[in-house]
Amino acid sequence: MSIQELGKQSATLEYTGEVHHHADGILGEQFETLEQQNTAYLIGMWAFIVQEVLFFGAIFTAYAVYRFKYVLEFTLAHHELSVPIGTLNTFVLLFSSYTMARAVRAAMQNRHTKQAFYLLLTFLFAGVFMVNKYFEYGAKFEHHLFPNAYYSAHEIVEHAKAKGELRVVVEDGREMYELGKTIRGEFKPFKKVSPEEFEQRTKLFFGFYFVMTGLHGLHVLVGMIVIAILIGRALIDHMKNKPIADYMPVEMTGLYWHLVDIVWIFLFPLLYLIGR
Amino acid sequence: MAGHSGESHVHPVSLYTRTLWWLMALLVLTVVAGYIPNIPNWLGVVIALTIAVWKATIVIMNFMHVRFSGKLAWLFAGAGFFWLVIMLAFAFADYVSRPWEPFHGWPE
Amino acid sequence: MATTTYTGGQKQNYLNWKTTLASWLFTLDHKRIAILYLVSISIFFLLGGLAAGVVRAELATPKGDLLTSDVYNKMFSAHGIIMIFLFLIPSIPAVFGNFLLPLMIGARDVAFPRLNLLSWYVFMAGAACILIAILRGGIDTGWTFYTPYSSSFAKGEVSLAIVGIFLTGFSSIFTGINFLVTIHKMRAPGMTWFRLPLFVWAMYATSLIQVLGTPVVAITLLLVAVERTFRIGIFDPSLGGDPILFQHLFWFYSHPAVYIMILPAMGVISEVISAFSKRRVFGYHFVAFSSLAIAIIGFLVWGHHMYTSGQSMYAGIVFSFLTWIVAIPSAIKTFNWMATIWKGRVHWDTPMLYALGFMGLFVIGGLTGLHLAALATNVHLTDTYFVVAHFHYVMVGGAIMGYLAALHFWWPKMTGRMYPEGWGKLAALLVFVGFNLTFFPQFLLGYMGMPRRYHSYPEEWAVLNLLSTAGSTVLGLGYLLPVIYLTWSLKYGTVVTERNPWGARGLEWELVDTPPDPHNFERTPIVTRPAYDYNHPEEPTGFVPKPRPVVVGGKDG
Repeated sequence: MSIQELGKQSATLEYTGEVHHHADGILGEQFETLEQQNTAYLIGMWAFIVQEVLFFGAIFTAYAVYRFKYVLEFTLAHHELSVPIGTLNTFVLLFSSYTMARAVRAAMQNRHTKQAFYLLLTFLFAGVFMVNKYFEYGAKFEHHLFPNAYYSAHEIVEHAKAKGELRVVVEDGREMYELGKTIRGEFKPFKKVSPEEFEQRTKLFFGFYFVMTGLHGLHVLVGMIVIAILIGRALIDHMKNKPIADYMPVEMTGLYWHLVDIVWIFLFPLLYLIGR
Repeated sequence: MAGHSGESHVHPVSLYTRTLWWLMALLVLTVVAGYIPNIPNWLGVVIALTIAVWKATIVIMNFMHVRFSGKLAWLFAGAGFFWLVIMLAFAFADYVSRPWEPFHGWPE
Repeated sequence: MATTTYTGGQKQNYLNWKTTLASWLFTLDHKRIAILYLVSISIFFLLGGLAAGVVRAELATPKGDLLTSDVYNKMFSAHGIIMIFLFLIPSIPAVFGNFLLPLMIGARDVAFPRLNLLSWYVFMAGAACILIAILRGGIDTGWTFYTPYSSSFAKGEVSLAIVGIFLTGFSSIFTGINFLVTIHKMRAPGMTWFRLPLFVWAMYATSLIQVLGTPVVAITLLLVAVERTFRIGIFDPSLGGDPILFQHLFWFYSHPAVYIMILPAMGVISEVISAFSKRRVFGYHFVAFSSLAIAIIGFLVWGHHMYTSGQSMYAGIVFSFLTWIVAIPSAIKTFNWMATIWKGRVHWDTPMLYALGFMGLFVIGGLTGLHLAALATNVHLTDTYFVVAHFHYVMVGGAIMGYLAALHFWWPKMTGRMYPEGWGKLAALLVFVGFNLTFFPQFLLGYMGMPRRYHSYPEEWAVLNLLSTAGSTVLGLGYLLPVIYLTWSLKYGTVVTERNPWGARGLEWELVDTPPDPHNFERTPIVTRPAYDYNHPEEPTGFVPKPRPVVVGGKDG
């Protein structure tokens, strides 16, 4: 019966909506039907994802502004990041997104062991990602590229000199860096900055690098914790031989996990690839 | 989102595998594109971002099932990116047009 | 929640069905969470008001004699931070939104009751951080945390306060997500989008802003904290950063945040005006869509806070133009309210007095906003008392008037007691007179060029400042009175047992007990009429269907 038809009925209409007893402990008290509950959770998760998009979006905006302003300095700093590690991490995360999608599919079919298996795979891929990140961060610390008081642009300068993208000139008795490009053995300068400015601006790049990948890594970590809990739940469902389990937690975690993947899909080219 | 219940949610495995292969292909493409020598910086950014948007779109459509969902999911998926574009566009409206000002207020 | 422990003689309601402290602190009932918010933000309001009192006391005389400039800076910052983040942002959404949304749309609760409780705890944790930061030496950045005040030159506990605002921000996001889903999915059968009360439309628009805007300010303040910790020049020009970028990101949230404060108040005014004029709100669809229009256009105008900051003047021209456009939906609302009152049978009860006060003060606040939106006048008026007066007309004259209207209107529903009408009217009068006396002189001071945020000023502005301080004592009294008589009425007020003491329309008046049952409705109601159907007093807006024995495996099974 449509809502309009209901509305036209008299006030003596009988209530026919008492169907929530079928839902077997899954249905929350505030909901009428499982359908309503599931779509409510989905919309809630999407609203959360919108929030996350703007959360990361704000920092992408800030990054974009400074990359626009300090293209040459940022480009040289880009070169200190390892593309192979970045590519490996992208590969791992994309694959984990796939296994997550398969886990959601298994959950919808109430195949608990299959679901646990794919969740475990996702968890392991996420683990590989984090271990990679750990070594990557460690290397940055070692080379004084972590943007704290010990930060030094020394290596960036040396690498850039070797590639012919930076030249030290002396102007009024002060050292200055000329940023440019060597084309057919001839250095073409685009911009002149003082060593302090160069250090500040590359430090800014690494500041963004650590804040962005750090926040992303935090999201991966939270995802891993939730996935671990879901693995446990799936195994319990399996042992109890539950014919039907609530697949919404897996589906929502899936949405979250894909979002984390999407953030990385943008982080990877913007930090590692462009300006190479 | 609406109108589905039970098994009708479940999509064939091939959907996911196909998406994965696309993602892998695009990953290779974006890395290779990153090493094209002597292209202007802006072009590199445009290529990288185009591929990233492409990848994100197929993740959203296939993995996150927006393609199969109701209007509301489209609305929410779109709203986040639309507002992000608003933020970027207006912030850059400022940064791009600052040097046009008829006085020397903005170095570089 | 299925079993009740209440065995007293009075009818069971959400207040008396369980009375232990734990039953309040771990409640999942949206009505009780609303009360938790009400109690906490009332305390914050008094704290923020106290800081305002100290500021006004200092400004009573031209010399900076009561406070040093340092303490003065910390005092107005404390006033701004507490009032905005701990009172205005959660005020109507978290208290009345929580209490009323499920009742108005015919639901048993919000969509995510646990998230709802969590949002209160997160809010309280954030509030604790902010208050500790204020007590441990204070913050002198102003509520805007502009860099480099908050990064290079800050004294005091800026980082801790930033953590606090980050947390209250997420509390606000949780509330927003909850309400969006609640409005989408929890409406009773027959409660179509265009049968929704306008308060629900306003809350929908507010929730959109909360979800879309708040994460941006959270990340921005996080970047300030990162800059302070690691000395990275994100916003510090001496380290290569751009302080104007902070303002862009900050106002991307904080301008729409003004609409987080004013939109719910507009929703309340729509309810109150139609209830006390006994007429359907004129131009229902226009008022509903103007809420959404304000929410969306509100995101496109933030640069009008930055005309003189170094932002490109071309961007300024665009922002100025868009700011003038946002005046249109606000005007639509105001004209429609006036058309609602026109030829209505107006009842002059306290909520209506506040609503009328809102309309007058909001119009002044809104129109002076246009003076500030115009590029040329803005250059003269930027950072003067004209700005201070303008946003106090909107936030105090608008949002707090709306809050007080809501508090009096729904007080009998929330507590089962009526407030004393005579005292209520007196307080409404005091607030209106005191408010205008406090802030109207500030328009003149600003026009004459008195800058904001200084603790001393030249002699020639002494009279107007004294007037303003005198007004603030009247205003303070006007705010203190409701605190006293509403608390008094909890014990001694006239008991209200009828469902609909005002003769208003709406599910929360027609179908819900006073005070409401823990489960709101006996069963999910069915809605048959649009909102505000005062033309058909004999037809109820909806009804609670009769029970029927449960059929196992019924047609929906």
